[in-house]
Amino acid sequence: MLSNTEKELIVQIWDKMLPVAEEIGSEALLRMFTTFPKTKTYFSHLDISPRSEHLRCHGKKIVQALAEGARNISTLTTTLAPLSRFHAYQLRIHPTNFKLFNHCILVTLACHMGENFTPVAHAAIDKFLSAFSAVLAEKFR
Amino acid sequence: MVEWTEFERTTIQDIFSKMNYDVVGQQSLARCLIVYPWTQRYFGNFGNLYNAAAIMGNPMVAAHGKVVLHGLDRAVKNMDNIKATYAELSVLHSEKLHVDPDNFRLLGDCLTVVVAAQLGAAFTPEVQAAFQKFLAVVISSLRRQYQ
Repeated sequence: MLSNTEKELIVQIWDKMLPVAEEIGSEALLRMFTTFPKTKTYFSHLDISPRSEHLRCHGKKIVQALAEGARNISTLTTTLAPLSRFHAYQLRIHPTNFKLFNHCILVTLACHMGENFTPVAHAAIDKFLSAFSAVLAEKFR
Repeated sequence: MVEWTEFERTTIQDIFSKMNYDVVGQQSLARCLIVYPWTQRYFGNFGNLYNAAAIMGNPMVAAHGKVVLHGLDRAVKNMDNIKATYAELSVLHSEKLHVDPDNFRLLGDCLTVVVAAQLGAAFTPEVQAAFQKFLAVVISSLRRQYQ
């Protein structure tokens, strides 16, 4: 359940991240691959070494999708329908991995925002990411 | 037996030696209670936990956060024997405090975020991996005596 204040906070934060989508997205991915090496198994078709073109491009896509979701929080299911189908029928990622990636997004935001990543902001973003992942995993079965 | 690389040992010692346990303890526990409100179930006698501001200003939360960090310090000083170091604490959390061990990871995650916010770019992916491995060992040792 997101309050109106939280929804505003979420939009604010992702709007700030959009101009540096490549940096934020690729860093979150790199953190996930380094801390949870098993997540690399989903990327055997890409070059995911630090600063690689694939990593930056993929990271950017993810942050852009998150920002899009942030701007359409009340219609997440419709907004994310194509991505949801993609994750269910093509990617077929084990659902626990969403939590691992979400955690790495939080850590990346903390590193970049420092004390501006307040407990309230942290809670709002965590709730948003959980809702986002739930929609992505909706069609899994 | 957990194998630590030189980098992992140095990283953990480095992070904790520079850490202000009082501040980080308070911030991590407060953050956990705010972000994962169901964890408040274990702190019924802590008084006002009604909102984020109340939790951040609560002196009992601050005091307990300090206790938790000093508990963590024992693992930092005994990295090669965390399991044995925490045997008693594990029994305490299971038999006396009745804490669902799945909540340990949540506190660990909040501690990670607090440290990340403080260290900024210095909290590189490699440093994060070492820190999280340490926390995973701590959590696993705390879960051990549950039955």
